Amino acid sequence: MTTATVETRGETRKTKSGSSTVWRLARLNWLGGGAAWVWFVIVMLPIYWIVITSLKTQENYYATNPLVPPSNPTLENYRLVLRSDFVRYFVNSVIVTVGAVVPAVVVSFMAAYAIIRDHRRWFLRGTNSMFLMGLAIPLQATIIPLYLLIIKLQLYDTLLALILPSIAFAIPLSVLVLTNFIRDVPAELFDSMRVDGASEWAMLWRLAFPLTKPALLTVTIYNALTIWNGFLLPLVLTQTPNKRTLPLALWTFQGQYSVNIPAVLASVLLTTLPILLLYIIGRRQMVSGLSAGFSK
Amino acid sequence: MTSVAPPILQSAPPPTASRGRRQRSLSWLALPALAFFVLFGLVPLVGVLLLSFTTWDGIGTIHPSGLTSWREVLSNPGLPHALQVTFLIMALSWLFQTPMSILLGVFLAGRQRYRGFLSVFLFIPLLLSSAAIAITYKALLDPNFGLGAGLHLDFLSQDWLGQPNLAVATVVFVVSWQFIPFHTLIYQGAVRQIPESMYEAAQIDGAGRVRQFFSITLPQLKYTIITSSTLMVVGSVTFFDIIFVLTQGGPADATTNLALLMYKLGFQANLMGPASAIAVIIVLLGLALALLLRRLGGRDTTASQLEGA
Repeated sequence: MTTATVETRGETRKTKSGSSTVWRLARLNWLGGGAAWVWFVIVMLPIYWIVITSLKTQENYYATNPLVPPSNPTLENYRLVLRSDFVRYFVNSVIVTVGAVVPAVVVSFMAAYAIIRDHRRWFLRGTNSMFLMGLAIPLQATIIPLYLLIIKLQLYDTLLALILPSIAFAIPLSVLVLTNFIRDVPAELFDSMRVDGASEWAMLWRLAFPLTKPALLTVTIYNALTIWNGFLLPLVLTQTPNKRTLPLALWTFQGQYSVNIPAVLASVLLTTLPILLLYIIGRRQMVSGLSAGFSK
Repeated sequence: MTSVAPPILQSAPPPTASRGRRQRSLSWLALPALAFFVLFGLVPLVGVLLLSFTTWDGIGTIHPSGLTSWREVLSNPGLPHALQVTFLIMALSWLFQTPMSILLGVFLAGRQRYRGFLSVFLFIPLLLSSAAIAITYKALLDPNFGLGAGLHLDFLSQDWLGQPNLAVATVVFVVSWQFIPFHTLIYQGAVRQIPESMYEAAQIDGAGRVRQFFSITLPQLKYTIITSSTLMVVGSVTFFDIIFVLTQGGPADATTNLALLMYKLGFQANLMGPASAIAVIIVLLGLALALLLRRLGGRDTTASQLEGA
């Protein structure tokens, strides 16, 4: 899918053709290198500051240089965050993310398969064009009717209220990425399976599914991050504290403890930790998932 | 993230139902996705248009009221101001993000020694939620408790979010901090697809580095620039989370863009009709900008970019 993280290591020597030019180009790219280092500092400075500050006590924070790590680190801030029900918000976020991503990817995969395999049917062509148009619908602009719809369905202030619209808004891009991928599966493979008497349902899961795994991973990661980090839906569609997901909980926690900066930063770090761990484990898949095929 | 220049199904796969029995319809496989999308995507889109012709306080009953909401919105001085803020943030964040993303993308597509190390860290902002980013910067930039105050640096301890111009600049910076990695990724992928023979030819002709960048890299990135700019520009019409958490649209209404104005009217002032009218304006503005940029591109932005290779 993406070539974003393909790394070609090793000796690059000046051959007549091949990769020598890019190498030469890169070697002399001091401007890009300078920009990268500057941006590195801009990105890492706040992150470094979050980490060290979250380990300071509130009194210590005001007394010391903000860029120097604490001499006696404390976990008190993390205890405060955990006492403030963050475990529940974490569970809520997991329920919403898994509950939305799994159905979204499965139904998108089935639709993408149908759109490619039965591409001459007007119904499926129409469906595909509709999904493509759906890419242009901004979630923010539909929030008021969604609010009305969720009230009418008596789902207001439930986690399902967050899951259902999340599924709908994940479908267009997922179908686009998956159709682009399934199209590359050679038709002969389907033909030979059909000769063996396999049904479409069997081909869908036993042939297309394994062959589409990289793209499925891409859309899963992209959708999961989008939904995990979603803020507007929980803000509008939930009310009681125990229905909050992490981003909304962060915001209310910040409102409550705005003067206690170490505690606020501990909450930021704690809610980001699961994703950072995933990033450490599967950086390449994640980076290519994050661009969701845009860098194809 | 909305994309607006979707690729079209051009290369249809070869017919698969050629042998013997006619293939049974697979339409049912698409039905679940279609149902979700229609109910929670398409219905709300139509709904927002309908609601803009009603009066509703968000709790009670909905009364059709013709053009009342539209009249209210169009005569509201908040609308031109929100449009102005939206375009200002759009323009400034485009001007900041595009050169930076191209620079970083070109660099990361190369093979410099620290490239791998840097790229691990440069993409981290992509993982963080808007709420987390905004909360961090709110604390970091706090004039009394933030980094500037702690380091006793006067230029850093300004009231970043309390003065109208500074607040807009801060929003632009934080938004860029969040999205530059995404656009860097797009450019990195595109630069890697530029045929190396082009650079070799340029070198034989004696073109220097800078010349190569402006005569090869940049023209070859033309369609990527349009794709990336479309995502930036159309995305900025709907910026909400970051601004909401950072400034709530303030100070006064200095950072109230269209999406924030919609939220304030709808969910804080309970004027769902006018808020829906603003939502319609958001959709139309996004579409208009997307089409404009597409026309600027001259053709389908997802078509091959290897012209003249």
